[in-house]
Amino acid sequence: MARDANAGMVERRGAGLWLTHLGLIIGVAFIFFPIWLAFVASTVTQPEIVRPPMPLWPGDQFYENYSKALTSGINAPVARMLLNSAIMALGISLGKIAISLLSAFAIVYFRFPGRQLFFWLIFLTLMLPVEVRIVPTYEVAANFGMLNSYSGLIFPLIASATATFLFRQFFMTVPDELAEAARVDGARPMRFFVDILLPMSRTNVAALFVILFIYGWNQYLWPLLITTDPSMNTIVMGIKQMFPSGDDTADWPVIMATSILAMIPPVVVVIGMQKLFIRGLVDSEK
Amino acid sequence: MEKRVTFKGMWLPLLLVLPQMLITAVFFFYPAGQAVWQSLFIPDPFGLSMQWVGLGNFEFLLSDPYYRASFATTAVFSILVTVVSMGVALYLAVLADRLIKGSGTYRTLLIWPYAVAPAVAGVLWLFMFNTRVGVVTWYLGQLGYDWNHVLNEGEAMGLVVVASSWGRVSYNFLFFLAGLQAIPKSVIEAAAIDGARFWMRFRTIVFPLLSPTTFFLLVVNIVYAFFETFGVIHTITSGGPQQATTILVYKVYADGFVGQDLGSSAAQSVILLLIVSVLTVIQFKFIERRVHY
Amino acid sequence: MATVSLESLKKSYGKTEVIHGVDIDIEDGEFIVIVGPSGCGKSTLLRMVAGLEGVSEGEIRIDGERVNEKEPMDRDIAMVFQNYALYPHMSVEQNMAYGLKIAKMPKAEINARVAEAAELLQLEPYLKRRPRQLSGGQRQRVAMGRAIVRRPSVFLFDEPLSNLDAKLRVQMRLEIKKLQRELGVTALYVTHDQVEAMTLADRMIVMNDGAVDQIGAPLEVYANPQTEFVAGFIGSPPTNFIASETIGGQAGTKTGIRPEHVVIAPVGQGNATGLVLYAEPLGAETLIHLTIAGGEAFTVRQDGAVAIPAEGDQVGLSWSDDVEMRFDASGRRF
Repeated sequence: MARDANAGMVERRGAGLWLTHLGLIIGVAFIFFPIWLAFVASTVTQPEIVRPPMPLWPGDQFYENYSKALTSGINAPVARMLLNSAIMALGISLGKIAISLLSAFAIVYFRFPGRQLFFWLIFLTLMLPVEVRIVPTYEVAANFGMLNSYSGLIFPLIASATATFLFRQFFMTVPDELAEAARVDGARPMRFFVDILLPMSRTNVAALFVILFIYGWNQYLWPLLITTDPSMNTIVMGIKQMFPSGDDTADWPVIMATSILAMIPPVVVVIGMQKLFIRGLVDSEK
Repeated sequence: MEKRVTFKGMWLPLLLVLPQMLITAVFFFYPAGQAVWQSLFIPDPFGLSMQWVGLGNFEFLLSDPYYRASFATTAVFSILVTVVSMGVALYLAVLADRLIKGSGTYRTLLIWPYAVAPAVAGVLWLFMFNTRVGVVTWYLGQLGYDWNHVLNEGEAMGLVVVASSWGRVSYNFLFFLAGLQAIPKSVIEAAAIDGARFWMRFRTIVFPLLSPTTFFLLVVNIVYAFFETFGVIHTITSGGPQQATTILVYKVYADGFVGQDLGSSAAQSVILLLIVSVLTVIQFKFIERRVHY
Repeated sequence: MATVSLESLKKSYGKTEVIHGVDIDIEDGEFIVIVGPSGCGKSTLLRMVAGLEGVSEGEIRIDGERVNEKEPMDRDIAMVFQNYALYPHMSVEQNMAYGLKIAKMPKAEINARVAEAAELLQLEPYLKRRPRQLSGGQRQRVAMGRAIVRRPSVFLFDEPLSNLDAKLRVQMRLEIKKLQRELGVTALYVTHDQVEAMTLADRMIVMNDGAVDQIGAPLEVYANPQTEFVAGFIGSPPTNFIASETIGGQAGTKTGIRPEHVVIAPVGQGNATGLVLYAEPLGAETLIHLTIAGGEAFTVRQDGAVAIPAEGDQVGLSWSDDVEMRFDASGRRF
């Protein structure tokens, strides 16, 4: 989109430009401030925090606080919680993508009994977040012995059809002739799926992966219910568990170090794959 | 829309849909059915048997002042979160759209808090406003304002609203900026030549053209405030003080898991289910777009 | 190399019959063009031969063997699609090799065949490129290459040139013909373009509304159309049809006269009189558009060197009796 000089005159003038930047910088500062403060708190000592006001510039306790958090934490080592979160986020994103690709392929490229019914059933699941059916889902997981297990963390959150829907939409845009050409070339259905359809879906898969990874990593209520053993805690829900009950003072440097650690993986994913992330967001909202 | 080409076979496609079907049946349809079923019973105090009460749970709920209060709380909370997060985001997006260079940089700086979990956002804001060590609390105290969200209901609500809106600004900003950049520059230039000043142009041209985005975000943000802010509430206030921040989703959790009142919790799930359905229908009807995350 | 026979071939979708019974025996190495307007069922017929559409009734035999139930890959055919249907994520080389790879052909042989086809089609410089980095003509060649490497008994073409510009279309048409001659492969070629049909076909099948109107060598079909539809469809500009009674013929029938068979004569002479509307001088030839008694449109095609009558003139239209084609009320020639 080329904007010529005239457009520039319409849209900004000398002082206006600086005000625009100033407004945006205030916005960025508002967004950054809580995180900056958390980072500062994760680099100072406990006494510096509990005697307000705490410093606004990082201290020298970075290594001590982070290594304490990672290796021993408060209830469980944060390194362990990071691992749990990673397994859960990867399990949810990869699992959802896998089952969705398969069922979208079946719905789009086959005519089989119950196809319409199946389509409507998964369509229904689009509507209901796990928060709404929380108690009975918990009972199911408990009956299957899935409490304090990775499968318990992962499977109930895979049961949603957004990804299936998305892949269906994409498959519909793949020209019919490609499947015909593949048939003439002798490709059986699964061969077509693996050789043609999957490689063509790469970008969609990657974009969806970014979104689902964040979705999985940031889960809170479900892990809170299903993991009672601290060694199975995920990092996002584990932070709250670090606060003492009653009047004891919280170990703020370690808690804040943990908060920073909890943000890093999803933030790295968003910034590192910004294009895919935006595409994934826009796609999944359509 | 249907494909012209299809592969033959019946067992292969059934096999392909089986994993999703199984998981959906076990973790979705069965629990959803259970919620509906359980909402019609009251378990006895020892959990040994269930007594059929028909719509009794619903009648009780709807006449329960706490539940009604929770409805009101949810409404206030959702509206505030939606207005705050969309307002700030629109403001920033309009500013960024005015820039010819650098809007990409600001976008990068502004979008990543989307990745911060609501529960983590809750902890960050709790830390700033903590009654004993919070740095903002301390400065407010210096100004003579005694901040205490643990006791003051209004302050508690304010804090969870700000904490919930904070990460959401990123998301809304992204969509608003995309919406603004999709408006043809020639339309705005034409208005400028017609003599419309910035605010006039914004009110009469830009904002109407942006309305599909705005409406879409409105629904999405309400859904977010309803269902995805559990982490913020749980970390900052645990629904208090005096249930001032107990939104519906929090109450399902509190009654079902903490209070062990399964019948009531199930009935609440069913009511939420209806609310989600209505929101989904609105979404489809008016914007024909899909939302989940 | 193979013969192809279609025997009372029919296709229905539900209760709607779209192909009403096609019979033809195609000889080994023959180039058959199926031509007709869009929606006439020509593509469906081709796709039935390919095995992409099921057969409702009748039989398809390739080299004498019934193939109705066979998968496309087991029919020893190759197909070139209208939009080429190249796999977008594979290089030119991989596109051509894909079918052979599935057939588990040894790598050395695959490479040899791809190299051979690439040379034949002058695609060697582009082997590593993706389809989107190629021009329309080059993509067309890759689609041909993909068909050639399989060394099929039958080539199927589904309007392969319709996405190319006019100049390229003429060039590719010649190349396709040349290739088919060199390889000696039986070919079935679908098009709506009668020029393509005339120039490529050994024999052509003219289809109309799901039925075969005529099968024959191009010039024979041109000279001797069996139905009003064929007479109108083959030949450009199209045949003039006039009600026979206006020229003293049998009422209720029509007479067809090709524009090139008419000579402009002074008023009062010839078989009919026409009013000149306008003339299109094309250089080598001139098209003269007229209306004749009864208001019907009429076109005359004459040599470019002949004098052009002025617009608004009344002129005589003259032709010899033996060029008249008479059609009954149902459109059949008699």
